[in-house]
Amino acid sequence: MSKTTVIVGLGSCGLAAGAAKTFEEFQRIKQSDKLDFQVKKTSCIGMCFREPLVEIIDDSGKYLYGNVDVARVDEIIEKHIKNFSPIPDYIIQSPKHKSEDASFFEGQVKIALRNCGYIDPENIEEYEEREGYKAMQKISGGNISPDKVIQSVLESGIRGRGGGGFPAGMKWKFARNNDSSQKYVICNADEGDPGAFMDRSILEGDPHSVIEGMIICGYAIGASDGYIYCRAEYPLAIKRLNIALEQARDKGYLGKDIFGIPGFSFNIIIKEGAGAFVCGEETALIASIEGERGMPRRRPPFPAESGLWKHPTNINNVETLANIPWIINKGAAQYAGYGTEKSKGTKVFALTGKIKHGGLVEVPMGITIKDIIYKLGGGIAGDKKFKAVQLGGPSGGCIPEYLSHTIVDYDSVNATGAIMGSGGMVVMDETTCVVDVARFFLDFTQKESCGKCTFCRLGTKRMLEILTRITEGEGHEKDIETLEELAHTIKDSSLCGLGQTAPNPVLTTLKYFRDEYEAHIRDKKCPALSCKKLLTYEVNPENCTGCTACARGCPVNAIEGEKKKTHFVHQDICIKCGVCFTKCKFKAIQLS
Amino acid sequence: MRIKRIPHPQPEAAVIENPVDLSLMDALIEKYKSKKGNLIPLLQGVQELYGFIPREAFFKLNVEAGLELNEMYGVATFYAQFRLSPAGKHIIKMCHGTACHVQSVTAITDELLDMLNIKDGETTEDKIFTLETVACLGCCSLAPVMMIGEETYGKLTPREAAKIVKEIKRKESLT
Repeated sequence: MSKTTVIVGLGSCGLAAGAAKTFEEFQRIKQSDKLDFQVKKTSCIGMCFREPLVEIIDDSGKYLYGNVDVARVDEIIEKHIKNFSPIPDYIIQSPKHKSEDASFFEGQVKIALRNCGYIDPENIEEYEEREGYKAMQKISGGNISPDKVIQSVLESGIRGRGGGGFPAGMKWKFARNNDSSQKYVICNADEGDPGAFMDRSILEGDPHSVIEGMIICGYAIGASDGYIYCRAEYPLAIKRLNIALEQARDKGYLGKDIFGIPGFSFNIIIKEGAGAFVCGEETALIASIEGERGMPRRRPPFPAESGLWKHPTNINNVETLANIPWIINKGAAQYAGYGTEKSKGTKVFALTGKIKHGGLVEVPMGITIKDIIYKLGGGIAGDKKFKAVQLGGPSGGCIPEYLSHTIVDYDSVNATGAIMGSGGMVVMDETTCVVDVARFFLDFTQKESCGKCTFCRLGTKRMLEILTRITEGEGHEKDIETLEELAHTIKDSSLCGLGQTAPNPVLTTLKYFRDEYEAHIRDKKCPALSCKKLLTYEVNPENCTGCTACARGCPVNAIEGEKKKTHFVHQDICIKCGVCFTKCKFKAIQLS
Repeated sequence: MRIKRIPHPQPEAAVIENPVDLSLMDALIEKYKSKKGNLIPLLQGVQELYGFIPREAFFKLNVEAGLELNEMYGVATFYAQFRLSPAGKHIIKMCHGTACHVQSVTAITDELLDMLNIKDGETTEDKIFTLETVACLGCCSLAPVMMIGEETYGKLTPREAAKIVKEIKRKESLT
């Protein structure tokens, strides 16, 4: 009989849910009761809504337990490990039993995330066991020339997963064709998109796949130095990358004359970003590595020609690079077998917002948005009405419910006015106000604009002011027109992707939800009951217990009422701050 | 654009009260002095040492590492990471990412700001808390989220968030 293994998911969201304590508890009980089982750690398997996750592997198969907080550890050890009677109530998936939540895994095809949640990211051997570093061995063993490697990447059809969607193979080819004794490979891990966390998950869960992808790229384009530009906000990813780099150096996968290829050397340095969204843009990222302010530069010359310190440079995003070893191992044709005509392979989406099963999913291109939300994501939280989905973060747009049959590939998503972006998918229900969402994104881009181009610097600020005014009930008739005019001017006169796409959230919401803007401006109403200043606060006599909490909290004494008697809001005094709503414990404050 | 300013030169008394040991920077400067692209790692290193970048540190870097004051100032005010004044003992990072936003994190932030009687980015008078709103902590499925120090708190309500902060404050007052 082989040893029972307990694997605890220790990704960032697992840790936030208390997985570290769960892990320690398993170890503590194992030692105190002198039990014979193994406790291992892995990273995020993507099922964030059931964290902390624990997998128990014994002779009969794999059992995935959800919501294993410290309090449940003892019970699981007692029943499952000691007496071998698994606890169906906590099980998400087992050889015999599949809970409703297991539908989350159906329809997923894991390529970029192939190892996430399966291996211990801090152990290189576990990566090696799953075809790790085999792609580079295949290249050296089969004497595959750099041109052939690039050919494979081209044939796979993989496009940049960071947002732009430029064919990765083309980029490699340009960098290869530029003659220089010094070239660079940069991994863009500056995932600044609010609502996207797939890169973080890959770096935390499978850092070696990214490192191997970079080595392959270095070999293909003729570079000997690599940089990983990672957000400082991802301390765990940086820690695991450092461990992985050290292990790769020890094993001789990084350094001089590696993989038995004469003259091929490759080294990787981690650069910590200092917190600027614009550094996700290639040229700004390069400026940042060079120690300057992260301001975009004019292209051409493109980085492939003159990048870091004026040397040819190839920049790919984390997810793109994680796919590369798989493509080399399994062949371009197999990768291209997934997806649609112009968008090949799979894409990772971060499914968040008002959704039942939030988490990380990897699906083949060509699946519909509806299927992702309802089949994998389990539908809308609280069974409310699905309103729209925001795709592509601050550069993307809102796709309304009636277009949810749209398939996910670069071109179909672009046609709606949104973009694929890095794959953040924020689901909104009927209680989300799209005007407020547009205002939220403009607030973000306005803060993050580097200030180089006038229209991006000032135009986003003016747009934000108008949107704020609209959500506060101060909108004018001409506002929509002004917004549209500003939006198009900003798009036309900005140097980089940030400015060129910043107005997208406003343009798409205007396109699909113009009536909501008009309701805010003309009727001074927020149909989603979300914009505070446009609401009326009233006391529902049925729920009011007369506890006086609201009256005491009201800063302008607009609420009247005696103890233990129904209270009353004076509408003429109320400043709509919403304090009463948050203070009330009995849901007696009604919005209308 | 975010706008930051280096605080005005502090009055003499305040300087004496909180003298900064600049010699701590020597090893750092030695390590990065001759490397290209060293400006950001140097500033990050200084901030690691002092928790912020003291005014005096800029002058020392200017003399000993040969970096231009205006360039350092440009970089330090450009990136969100750099602080030009000391922060409180506990830094509360409120996630204002998309997922947290649609789950009404603004109400929570308002509640905390109100309770601590500060504005976004400021430090409380007793120097215990600094509250900052940040773009995304990447724990979107636990939204709304905040981070205090290394600890992440998810699925918050205004009341719970206030309770957590009050609890930290209570512990602080005991020590």
